[in-house]
Amino acid sequence: MSSENEVLLRVDNLVKHFPITQGIIIQRQTGAVHAVDGISFDIYKGETLGLVGESGCGKSTTGRTILQLYRPTAGSVHFEGRDLAKLSNEEMRQVRRRAQMIFQDPYASLNPRMTVGEIIGEPLQIYRIMKGQELRDRVASLLELVGLNPAYSNRYPHEFSGGQRQRIGVARALALNPSLIVCDEPISALDVSIQAQVVNLLEDLQKELGLTYLFIAHDLSMVRHISDRVAVMYLGVIVELTTREELYNNPLHPYTQALLSAVPIPDPFAEEKRQRIILEGDVPSPVNPPSGCRFRTRCPLAIEICAKERPEFREVKPGHFVACHLV
Amino acid sequence: MADLLNVEGLETQFKTRDGIVHAVNGVSFHLKEGETLGIVGESGCGKSVTVMSMLSLIPQPPGEVVAGEAVYQGKDLLKMPNEEIRHVRGSQISMVFQDPMTSFNPVLTIGRQVAEPLEIHNGVPRKQAYERAAEMLDMVGIPSAKDRLYDYPHQFSGGMRQRVMIAMSLICTPQVLIADEPTTALDVTIQAQIIELVKRLRDELGMAIIWITHDLGVVAGLADRVAVMYAGYIIEEAQVKELYAKPTHPYTIGLLASLPRVDGKHGDRLASIDGLPPTLMEKPRFCPFAPRCEFALDHCWQENPMLESISADHRVACWVDPETGRERK
Repeated sequence: MSSENEVLLRVDNLVKHFPITQGIIIQRQTGAVHAVDGISFDIYKGETLGLVGESGCGKSTTGRTILQLYRPTAGSVHFEGRDLAKLSNEEMRQVRRRAQMIFQDPYASLNPRMTVGEIIGEPLQIYRIMKGQELRDRVASLLELVGLNPAYSNRYPHEFSGGQRQRIGVARALALNPSLIVCDEPISALDVSIQAQVVNLLEDLQKELGLTYLFIAHDLSMVRHISDRVAVMYLGVIVELTTREELYNNPLHPYTQALLSAVPIPDPFAEEKRQRIILEGDVPSPVNPPSGCRFRTRCPLAIEICAKERPEFREVKPGHFVACHLV
Repeated sequence: MADLLNVEGLETQFKTRDGIVHAVNGVSFHLKEGETLGIVGESGCGKSVTVMSMLSLIPQPPGEVVAGEAVYQGKDLLKMPNEEIRHVRGSQISMVFQDPMTSFNPVLTIGRQVAEPLEIHNGVPRKQAYERAAEMLDMVGIPSAKDRLYDYPHQFSGGMRQRVMIAMSLICTPQVLIADEPTTALDVTIQAQIIELVKRLRDELGMAIIWITHDLGVVAGLADRVAVMYAGYIIEEAQVKELYAKPTHPYTIGLLASLPRVDGKHGDRLASIDGLPPTLMEKPRFCPFAPRCEFALDHCWQENPMLESISADHRVACWVDPETGRERK
C-alpha cells in the first residue's frame, strides 16, 4: 500500500433487505431476506480488500449495493467524498466512471451480439469521451493491456475461451480509468491453470494503474494470495476483518477458524497433520436469521449471551476487528 | 492386494456436427480393493467421460466407446449386455454425481429413491428396504432419519442432499464407489463434512473409491493414488505423496505451482500455464501439452509419449526429464 491511510471507500452500517411479498394484485410484504445486515468497513486507496464467505452470506449483494446496483435499505457508502446512497440515478451514473465492476460469469456478462470492440468501447461512447479513430485506438490499447491481440476487436464473445472473456470483461471495466473495481468472483468460473493467468493480470494492472480492488470470492487460498486485508462474512454480517497475515495466522472468530481449517491444502504431508474443525449443520436461512450472534447455531463455543445479544464489531487489537462475545 | 478393476486402452469419441471429438484417447488404470484413486484434471480433460464409458453411461449416439476394456471381477464391463451392466451399476459399482440438485427425481420421496436399489437389485420387500434406508440415512448423518424418509428432495439442503445421495449409492454395499466431483457444488465447510463422512464410511465398509475432481487440494487428503488427466490422456500417475513431492510431468508441475495455498507464504507471484487446453477435435499426433510446455523439445512435436514407469508406482507420459531439461533415456 502506497498511501496507507487514505480512505477511498467507507461503508457505514450498510443494510440491504429484499422484500418477500404475497398476493397477486394487492402485494403485501410478509417478510424480508436479510441479505446484508449492518456492515461497516473502509477500503484504502491502492489496496485489495478480500471479501470472503460461503454462498448466500451476502458478499455479492454487498458489492452490488456499494455500486448502487441495488439501492441500500439503510446505511451510507462514501466514495471519493460523496454518499452514493443519497445520489440520484443520473449522479450515480457519473460516479460509475470511477467505480466499475467485473462479474463472475464471463459467459453471461458479455452481450453475444456485440463485437469485442463494441463491448469495450461502449462505456467510452456512453460518456461521450471519444469516438472514431481515437476510440478504436483506445480499444486496441486496452486489449493489449489485458493481454489480448488488438486484432480481436472485430470478433464476437463466443469465439473466446472463458479466461479470454474474463480478460475482455477486465478491459471493459478499465475503459473509463476507474479508481475502484469491484471484482465479484472473477475467477470462480475458470479452470485452475487459467485462474492464475487472470489473477496475475489483475495484480499487474493494480501495480501499473494504481487500482483499488474489492475482491469478492469464496476461495480462501486465492483471497490470501491477492488481498492486503480480508473481511469474512457470515449470514449478512462481517464477523472478522484484519490484515491478511493476521487473519490467516491468528484467526480469532470461531467461524473464521472453522472456515480456514476446512480448506483443503494441495499437499498430502500437510493434510496428514491437520486438525479440522468440522462445523455441524448448514447456514440458517437469511429470512429468519438467528437472534443474537448469527453464527451461534453452528458455533462449537456458543454460550448463553450469544443467543441474546448481537456481538459488537469491535477492534480487539490495532487493525483487527471481530464480532464475537468470546474474544 | 488384487486388482478389483482393470481398465485398459479405453477410447471414447463423440460425433458432433463439427466433427469427431476425441474425449478419451486410450486410458489405462487399475484399482485395488479398498483403495482410493483420485482422478484429477481440468474441465474437458475426459475424467468424467472415462468413468461413464466404463459403466456404459455414455449416450450412444453421439458417443461411442471405440476401444478398450474394463475388467471387473474377471468380466469386461464394456461387453456386458444391458441387463447385466445395470445390475453391476446399481449394486456393485455405484456412482455419486456432482449436482445434488438435479440428480434426484423431484416427485418421489427420498425414502423411495434411497430404498429403490435394494428393491430392484436384491429383491428386498419395500418395508425392509425402507428400514434399511432409514439406517443408511442415519449412518450418513441425517437427523431423525425415519421421519425424513417421507420428505421430498427440495426439503433438503445441498449438503444434506449429497449425504442422501451417498446413502443411496451405498445401500447395496458396493465394492466400488465412483464419486464424480461430489463436493464441487458445495461450500467449503460442507465439503469438509462430506469428505469426513466418506473417509469414515470407507473405513467402516472397506469399499474402493474413484474420486474425480479438479481440486488438487481435496485429493491430497483423501486419495492413496492420483492420476492426472490432460486432453483425454492420463499423463501422470503415482502414489499421492510421491506425486505432490515429486511431480514430474510439466503439466502437473505447472498445475501445482499455480495453486495458492491457504497456509502459504505472502507475496509470491503465481506461476501460470500459458495458453489453453487443446480442442480435442483431432487426435493429437504429438504430445498434447507441447504447445503450452516450457520444456518442449523437437521430439515432443513429433511423437506422443506413452505412459511409462519411471519408478515403482510412478508413471509419466513425457519425453523430457524436467530436472535436466533433456530427453529421458
